[in-house]
Amino acid sequence: MDRRKSIKTLIIGGFTATVIAESCTTHENSPLVPADKEVVLSGLNRMKEELAAEKVLMAQPAFFTPEEMSAITILGDIIIPKDNYSGSASDAKVPAFIEFIVKDKPELQTPLRGGLRWLDIQCLNRYGKAFIDADEKQQMEMVDEIAWPKKAKPEMMQGVAFFNLLRNLTATGFYTSEIGVKDLGYMGNVPNQWNGVPEDVLKQYNLAYTEKELKECVSFS
Amino acid sequence: MGDLQIHRVGKKYDAIIVGSGAGGGMAAYVLAHAGLKVCLIEAGPMFDPKKDSNQLKNPWDSPRRGASTKFRPFGDFDGCYWGWEIDGEPYTQKGNTKWEWWRARMLGGRTNHWGRISLRFGPKDFKRKSIDGLGDDWPIGYEDIKPYYDKIDRMLGVFGTNEGLPNDPDGIFLPPPKPRLHELFIKKAANRIGIPVIPARLSILTKQINKERGACFFCAQCGRSCKVYGDFSASSCLVIPALETGNVDLITNAMAREVLTDKDGLATGISYINKTDMQEYQVTGRTVVLGASACESARLMLNSKSARHPNGVANSSNVVGKYLHDSTGADMSGIIPELFDRKRYNEDGVGGMHVYTPWWLDNKKLDFPRGYHIEYGGGFGMPLYGFNWGIENLNGSYKIKGQQKEAGGYGASLKEDYRYFFGSHVGMAGRGETVAREDNYCEIDPQVVDKYGIPVLRFNTSYSDYEINQAKHMKQTFSEILHSMGAVITSGGDDGKHNNYGLHPPGKIIHEAGTVRMGNDPKKSPLNKNSQAHDCKNLFCVDGGPFVSQADKNITWTILALSMRTSEYIIEEMKKQNI
Repeated sequence: MDRRKSIKTLIIGGFTATVIAESCTTHENSPLVPADKEVVLSGLNRMKEELAAEKVLMAQPAFFTPEEMSAITILGDIIIPKDNYSGSASDAKVPAFIEFIVKDKPELQTPLRGGLRWLDIQCLNRYGKAFIDADEKQQMEMVDEIAWPKKAKPEMMQGVAFFNLLRNLTATGFYTSEIGVKDLGYMGNVPNQWNGVPEDVLKQYNLAYTEKELKECVSFS
Repeated sequence: MGDLQIHRVGKKYDAIIVGSGAGGGMAAYVLAHAGLKVCLIEAGPMFDPKKDSNQLKNPWDSPRRGASTKFRPFGDFDGCYWGWEIDGEPYTQKGNTKWEWWRARMLGGRTNHWGRISLRFGPKDFKRKSIDGLGDDWPIGYEDIKPYYDKIDRMLGVFGTNEGLPNDPDGIFLPPPKPRLHELFIKKAANRIGIPVIPARLSILTKQINKERGACFFCAQCGRSCKVYGDFSASSCLVIPALETGNVDLITNAMAREVLTDKDGLATGISYINKTDMQEYQVTGRTVVLGASACESARLMLNSKSARHPNGVANSSNVVGKYLHDSTGADMSGIIPELFDRKRYNEDGVGGMHVYTPWWLDNKKLDFPRGYHIEYGGGFGMPLYGFNWGIENLNGSYKIKGQQKEAGGYGASLKEDYRYFFGSHVGMAGRGETVAREDNYCEIDPQVVDKYGIPVLRFNTSYSDYEINQAKHMKQTFSEILHSMGAVITSGGDDGKHNNYGLHPPGKIIHEAGTVRMGNDPKKSPLNKNSQAHDCKNLFCVDGGPFVSQADKNITWTILALSMRTSEYIIEEMKKQNI
């Protein structure tokens, strides 16, 4: 495993083990997978053209520098820290998700890279250091300048836009992870029988099914 | 290209069908079960939901967490291959037209995409010109198609309720699922202001109907295709059973180029390019049935020129490609503060709404001639890419657990906000009837070909005040319903005159129809009332092409009914040796 491949493995942390194994053994210039062969990178059904595009995507080197990844990790854990309910953004491998998604959606690259640099310049002017080298108090002071869109100073608006984007991306990465789905309490995606809104919930909202509904709709005992 | 040659398939078929979606799939099913030898040509690969579905995958199984790609515009788990654009297969626009053309390339065609909303057209929908003087009447009426609706209700399964509505006919329904919580809110709020809300009509099996298909297990993922065939897809319910008769040769990855005709102008077969070996093939048969989609079938016909058919096959009327129309669409969504901090439970339900609103007003009293229905969404959906995007616009506007917070933010307090808002969103989408017009059309672009060298379609369409006024009315209705339930609009509330009240660009609703319309007058319509070409008696069209108008109803159920009717007609005509 050379360095480049280890980065690849790092960034696909959200993938299945078979993917990681494959990324260690695949040669850069190996031919595309034949149409009739079911080799699927993500474990999802893929058409031939999709599979080819995914291979190209995965062969790309890391987009973010190690310093940028550190900043994304620190900021991500400020946005979604560990609390009484669940773990943090980095526990849910959100930085790896962000590294992947900027390759998949290149329009995110400049706002994120530029936003991180904007943040570093602010910190350099204030503290004489880049964001990741500032101490925790300084980092929080800086974040507080850009985390509150309605009360931020006008000269901080580029930072606000960056932080909004990073908040949204971090939350998307977190709440679509196993940890995040559990935190939210989404209970679906399992075979079941829909019997209607539970009784206590109907009562809570002062609602009831009509006789017509109870007669006509499917019920399971 | 020195070795390029045309390979002629030796076998002669009774029917060659182009396209394996609702129309082509139904034709294959009916003809094959009648013992006819069928060649079914599909431009995309094989797809069997039993093996190929992404059903029950978790959000983290997708590296992009279900975000869309050009391959899957409705998200990474979606069952449909391709969509708004296909590599190497462009389409073009004339003037200011912004037509959006959805194309599926796979077994089952666009039935891999649709919302399973299965509405019968009503008696009035076939006779609109007689009612409002616009467009044309169909050459058939509800009574002609009713027996076929009845048959497909039984054969394919659809849930719903018999409400006795004059223009939303009763059917043979499976029991619908009970409304979800937000749907009860919608129903109460809408009823309060005089808008009806009734059980939805979706082709999903709330009860098992045969041993080949399982019953729905309520995962809300019909859009990914169903491993137990618990919903209707042309692949699982039509083509795969047709293949099992042994009477169908399915050719996948085959892009039809032209309808072949003889010196008398009769169809003799189809020429196609095999996308795998890039060789040219010809297959011949007694009849040719087009089910490639309204626009692809028109394209194929227009590209099939000969001495007998100088305008393209069966186009002496010069109507092929004209009267193109999609459903109108406008949307609005909001948040219901009463549902903040909801108790958690599994409310996935079926893969779509459990209730809807059929058109309920009299257009004679309105400034637009045709109606619309309303589709509803909301509740605890699976979190996917974009989950609660824009929380900074939400979390400063409401008290959260009794506390007024500052917008935006971070930390444990932010995590509380996401939990607090989960499941409180509600959405509504109007889907209405456009008036079909001769000057809305697709045609062959004189300069552009796709990567197979096939000339492509160029679109030319515009909206009239009829559609814009209808969208305006939709928006008013949505905001009234949201207001009535105490909801706050979160998107779609800023639309107005400046953007046609949020009216989607044409094509966007993916219900296009009308390009090969039926009619009794060969000068004004390419097809007769049996969807048989006036100019070429062994050529038929069974997709959205034959529609004279498309009602305020999703068109799939009517494509299926018409295709079954045409297929039975083909069998009869063959028995009589007429074709």
